[in-house]
Amino acid sequence: MTQASIDPGTMSVEAVPRSTWTSPWKRPTVIGGLIVAIFWLIVVFTVQWWAPYGPLEAVGKRLQPPSRHHLLGTDALSRDVFTRTLYGARQTLPVSVAVIVTAVSIGTVLGSIAGFVGGRIESVIMRLVDITLAFPPIFLAMAVAAALGSGLRNAFVAMVIVWWPIYARLLRGQVQAVKHRDHIQAAVSIGATRARILRKHVLPLSFTPALINMTLDLGQVVILTATLSFLGLGAKPPSPEWGAMITDGAQFFYQWWIAVAPGLAILTVGMAFNFLGDGLRDALDVRAKR
Amino acid sequence: MPLLLLGIVTIAFCISRLIPADPLASIVGERQLNNEKIVAAAKTRWGLNGSLPEQYLVYVKNLIKGDLGTSFRTRQPVTHDLMNRLPATLELAGGALLVGGVGGVALGAYAASKKDKPADHFSRLFSLLGSSLPVFWIGLVFLFLLYARLGWFPGPGRLPPRTRPPDHVTGFYTVDSLLDGNFTLFRQCLWRLVMPCFVLGWAYMGQLSRLVRAAMLDEINSDYVRTARAKGLPERLVMRRHVLRNAWLPTLTILGFSFAQLLTASVLTETIFQWNGIGSYAVQAANTLDFPAVNGVSLFAGLAFLLANLATDVLYAVADPKIRLA
Repeated sequence: MTQASIDPGTMSVEAVPRSTWTSPWKRPTVIGGLIVAIFWLIVVFTVQWWAPYGPLEAVGKRLQPPSRHHLLGTDALSRDVFTRTLYGARQTLPVSVAVIVTAVSIGTVLGSIAGFVGGRIESVIMRLVDITLAFPPIFLAMAVAAALGSGLRNAFVAMVIVWWPIYARLLRGQVQAVKHRDHIQAAVSIGATRARILRKHVLPLSFTPALINMTLDLGQVVILTATLSFLGLGAKPPSPEWGAMITDGAQFFYQWWIAVAPGLAILTVGMAFNFLGDGLRDALDVRAKR
Repeated sequence: MPLLLLGIVTIAFCISRLIPADPLASIVGERQLNNEKIVAAAKTRWGLNGSLPEQYLVYVKNLIKGDLGTSFRTRQPVTHDLMNRLPATLELAGGALLVGGVGGVALGAYAASKKDKPADHFSRLFSLLGSSLPVFWIGLVFLFLLYARLGWFPGPGRLPPRTRPPDHVTGFYTVDSLLDGNFTLFRQCLWRLVMPCFVLGWAYMGQLSRLVRAAMLDEINSDYVRTARAKGLPERLVMRRHVLRNAWLPTLTILGFSFAQLLTASVLTETIFQWNGIGSYAVQAANTLDFPAVNGVSLFAGLAFLLANLATDVLYAVADPKIRLA
């Protein structure tokens, strides 16, 4: 706190002119991230109309290197790798978004209740959070995915279990910071119910960090989805999931194109959301500006 | 802390028992499931009799004795399996920590001192790549380029093919080969560590360097840095003695967390590089429904994570003179 008052470089939120708030959106990294994200979004919705082949369709010879007919070559079952990579977006991305949305919903509800109500309810919820966070995510996800059996739906459950406590902890801290502000007191004094205060007055002020985290985490969830599939605990072949495709490719070591394409897809998605998240943080959270 | 421990144990137990997948099928095989004698024998043998609370009690009692049960797959006690495989993982993780820790701090400090210059952008891109690249993929790419194509580095595995491991003393091949006085083998083992350690360390390095950079930039604007500069200290010394010293603290707090990252990445690195460590053991166990093993590994990982967090707290108290434990 003393830092802020001495150092003219760090201004308080109110003092920042409006115009600098939008500046992160002009950064090339953020624009690039946005373009890549929009590209994959378009792929998810429209790929069936313009992909050169079908994702499970055998075309031409097997294990062909990249050529004019097969931009990224063909795999062991003579399927077109380029097509499969595009279709992979339909497997990985919706699952990842669903994981984040579900985890944030659960985390927000439990975390804000814990922060707002306090007492015994808070300690029960937070102990649960602590215990879940005490496991390294991959081991928990692996254990759950193994227990439920492989498949993308079970991988989804496993990832939600891994991710919700992060948001619960985040929201609890935010809600605790907000709940003693004056406008909450005002709302209490005019007789608003607790549920209403939480919904209308506390949550809108507490949600920003979660929003930033959601964007940053989406890239991580995409990687984890692919990771679980790679380990044989998520999507199974022949489905064109990126991680499962890399498992395929790992068996054909010298036919490098099979594994490279889905890896690059994961990489672009991961980086795009990292850039977007960074931009969002700089745009919304003045404290982190540098 | 003890509560957390109990929680970890309970969750590990719940995951392995409240599952739709049938562990019996994986022990006796699908075909023998109708054979009552075999099924009953298997149940007694693996402690699957009795209600869940009873099973839980037996489980905790065994745990206190250090007995994690017997792996369905290897038919060995899980503790024994884990101990056998621990040195491989420690060797890998130690190397990766070295690469990631030294590299991360150096990179972060360098980026902070060159803020907004090309070097800064480059190092930020490098660290971002580290955290957005799927580890298993980059491992494959490295193997393909540096081993198969260029031949600069040896292939996967802890030992060259058709080589007998050194006599088992510590289980660390590097140490054991030295104890044997076999320097060629030592060099080979060390050389084989380079690529997996780098792959594993990169993810860690990325995270660490971003943190160090941010922490240093926080410090660079403070008064004591201005004073140090005003005294005419060379910039190098200002950075090393003043800024980096203070930037250590926020960096420390994340250590426990990034340890989890390291564990995650080590599972994948071990799978790709055919490293016979805890990580690949976990993957094999998860894929064969070997639930005592899955259980043991989760428990082990949770415990390791807990210790890492504890160590972080202790380190933090040691490093920050402002914190005095009551």
